This record gives sequence, structure tokens and C-alpha cells, in this order.
Amino acid sequence: MRPDDRKYTKSHEWIKFDGDTALIGITDFAVEELCNGNEGDLVYCDLPDADRVLEPGETFGEIESVKAVSDLNSPLPGTVIENNPLIEDHLDILSTDPWNKGWLIRIKPSAKTGSNLMTREEYEAFIAAEAH
Amino acid sequence: MTTETLKQTPLHDVHAALGARMIDFGGWHMPVQYGPILEEVNCVRTACGLFDLGHMGRFHVVGPDAIKFVDTIATNFCAKIPVGAIRYSLFCLEDGNPIDDVLLYREEQDVFIVVNAGNRDRDLAHLQKHAADFDCEVIDESYELDMIALQGQNSVAILEKLVEGCDVGAIKYYRFDFGTLCGIENVRISRTGYTGEDGFELYLPPTHSAAVWNALLEAGKGLGLQPIGLGARDTLRLEAGMPLYGHEIDDNHNPIEAGLNFGISFKEEKGDWLGRAALEAVKANPTQALVGITTDGKRVPRQGYKLFRGDEEVGYICSGSVSPTIKSNIGTAYVKLGNEEVGTQLELDIRGKRQACVVAPQPFYSRTRK
Repeated sequence: MRPDDRKYTKSHEWIKFDGDTALIGITDFAVEELCNGNEGDLVYCDLPDADRVLEPGETFGEIESVKAVSDLNSPLPGTVIENNPLIEDHLDILSTDPWNKGWLIRIKPSAKTGSNLMTREEYEAFIAAEAH
Repeated sequence: MTTETLKQTPLHDVHAALGARMIDFGGWHMPVQYGPILEEVNCVRTACGLFDLGHMGRFHVVGPDAIKFVDTIATNFCAKIPVGAIRYSLFCLEDGNPIDDVLLYREEQDVFIVVNAGNRDRDLAHLQKHAADFDCEVIDESYELDMIALQGQNSVAILEKLVEGCDVGAIKYYRFDFGTLCGIENVRISRTGYTGEDGFELYLPPTHSAAVWNALLEAGKGLGLQPIGLGARDTLRLEAGMPLYGHEIDDNHNPIEAGLNFGISFKEEKGDWLGRAALEAVKANPTQALVGITTDGKRVPRQGYKLFRGDEEVGYICSGSVSPTIKSNIGTAYVKLGNEEVGTQLELDIRGKRQACVVAPQPFYSRTRK
């Protein structure tokens, strides 16, 4: 069910190229870790404004659930073009559709790839190992 | 620590079968939630919840000097506790800081003690070391005696279906008795808990734990009973203004500034006890106070966040939670004296961002205060 059209990180973000920009979000696994299937458990998400320059791996925001706060890290370096205006008041989107409607930021990446990026298969092997 | 090296309670497999999400809590593999945490909180506040407390420590101090001994290492006055009653107490070191907070069950000659999971080993070593000079023995009964809690307004109605030889509804708050539970004789039944609700804590042989757990769930059908994890338990205790070792009190946070004076006796008849002089000094000259705070902001106060009053740093958060009961985000914090008055406007520093909060009356929730 996880899409093949994008790359994944060990900190559970995804990045999907869209022309010369890229969308960044978090995976269903990350959402599940934060709120255990209960969308009401997400309480807050902080996203950067346009023009913020991100280093690879840099923390660009935070997401918070009833239980914990998690950093959001940029899979690639780049400049923020926009953030998803729906997220702040509709955190439930992250539970229902983390892959499409639940994107967090759009960046203009300054690199096309990084050694930290995993394919879907690699990511799924990674989380399977992490669960044990 | 990996899952394989974590200790398991007798009910471990029952939680797995119920689909609980499990975490490491004080070296134990425990259920943090079975369903949504906030719904579990509501369930205990409005009906009833069942808790596995097998990870907590159960000790018995037995022998002619048991009470005399406990009075040298516990903060409250054990000899004055009526037989059959239970009191909150702490074990402090010479510096007045606690190694744990505990419940003391006063028996005719002996004292039964319940301690926190994470402090079990050092509590036992501490007790055994200091008991050497007394005619009494400290026995670890943790593995012979499991512990289950039933908490919430339907507790009496549920428990009385399964108990014989004891009128559980007649046991007063912070008292205990013994009865036959599900055919098991001599089960210690105490009217205590860590949720702010009416309820019981039950002590029984671990071979019967799963059967009793399931019998309670069955008896609670139609009365709203659900299994409740440690996530909700933490919110329940915080709403009820109860401290948690490692948050409000620890090796560096004494019980006087934590406002736990009700568990401390400076009576002369009690004699000297470990930490007394240090705590008398703190009482005479405290520098900070534990307060409750509420915030209307979205973000949840969490341990370690700093508190500011204008540009001045005045304190830090000990515990925090979303509170479904009072419908606000809540926390406890130490603040420098002068900032502890209810209504004082402060600001939380949440990883570099400020969020307004206010000092609130404690406890946040009381079932008897309407």
C-alpha cells in the first residue's frame, strides 16, 4: 500500500518529485507511531514558511501527539516553496491520507538524491527490522 | 534494552491477546494503551477501568520491630497509622531527597509496602541494609503476589459480584481488608488507587491473575469496564494531582517543595528518621514550589520545558498531558517562590517558541469537589 513513486528516510519522511519541485510528508508508520491509529491524538504540527533554506537532514518542523513530539527532517537540501495550509486545522488528514492530501511542504531541492534515501522496499525492510 | 530483556508481568500474554501497544516502563514490557488514550481516561472517569500493576513492588516487613524500623526510614509516622489503614509515605536519603514514594499498609505487627516498578531493586536493598539492626525481616513478595487495580465509580458494583466473605463497599478509602476473590482465599483488597476515582487494588497469587482479570472484565460487562494502559494512568494521576517518581519527585526533588507534607511527620515522638534534618531545613527555607499549570495553546507541556515570566526564567515542567477531563492541556512545574500563586501568568518555552500558561489550582480534578 506504500507508494513506489517516492523515496523514504529512516526518520519516516517521504519525498516525491513533482517536476523541478518535490513534496515532503511523513509515512503511515510515523503517524501510527505518534497516534496509534487514533487521529484525535495528533495535537499540533509546525511547518516552515516559504523561502526557508533547508540543509539535508535539517529539522524543518515538529509534529506532536498526545504522547510525544517528533522532529520533521528534510530528506534533501532545498528551499521551501510552500507549506500545506490544510494541515494546521486538519491534522486528521495525516491519518487518512499521508501520501497525497497529507503532504507537509513543497521544496525546490538543490540536490536530486542523497545517500539517506531508501526505496519503498528498503524502507519496509527497515521498519520491519526496527519493530523487532 | 531490547524487548527480549524486558521483564513481563503474569498478565503479559493477556495484553498481547487484547492487542495492547506495549512499551518499556521501568524495565518492564507493559501496555501503554489498548485503544485511544483519551478514551481510556474517559472510561475510568465515567465508568470503570482495569489495570495490570504487576510491575510494582510488594514488600512485607515482618517481625517485632517492623513498625519501629519503618519509622526510621519512612517519612510518615507508621506507629500512628491505625491497623487496617494505608498511608502515603516516602523513603528519603540523608539529603532529604526521596529514593521512592510508597504506600504503607499497617498491620497488627507488620507493614506491607507497595513501591514503584523502577525503584524496586534499590528500595529492597535500602530496606534490607537499614533493617539489619532491627528484629525484623524485609521480604520481597513481588513474585508471590500479583497486583491488579479496578478504578472508577462502578468498581464496587463489579468487585462485589466476585468477592465473598468481605463487604467490599464497606471498606473505607485508604483502608484494606481480606476476602475470597473468585474462590481464592485471603486476597488483600485495598480501597486505593492512582486515578482520583473510587476503586480497589487487589493482591493475589500470580497463578490466578489471568483468571481474575478475565472474571473482572466479564463482571464489568454492561458496567463500562475496559482494560486501561499506562498512558491513561499517567493522565489520570496528573489530573488528580498525584506525583510520579521521576517527574515531581526524584533524587534531586524533595517532597516538601513538592507539597507532599501530608506524607511527612516531624512529630517528636516519631524520633529521628533518614532525611528528617534535611527536610526540616527545606521546610524552614524553601526556594521553589510545585504548581499546576494549564494552557489554552495546542501544545502539550512536557518534562524539561522551561517557564518564563517575561524575560526571567522562573521554572520548569515536571509532567504534562492533554486533559480530556478538564479540556485543557495541563502540567506540573517547579517555580521559584513568588510565582506560585494561582492565576500567575507564565510562558512555556517549547523548543524556542512561547506559549501562554497560567498557574492553576491543584488538583486539576477531584471527584468530591463539584
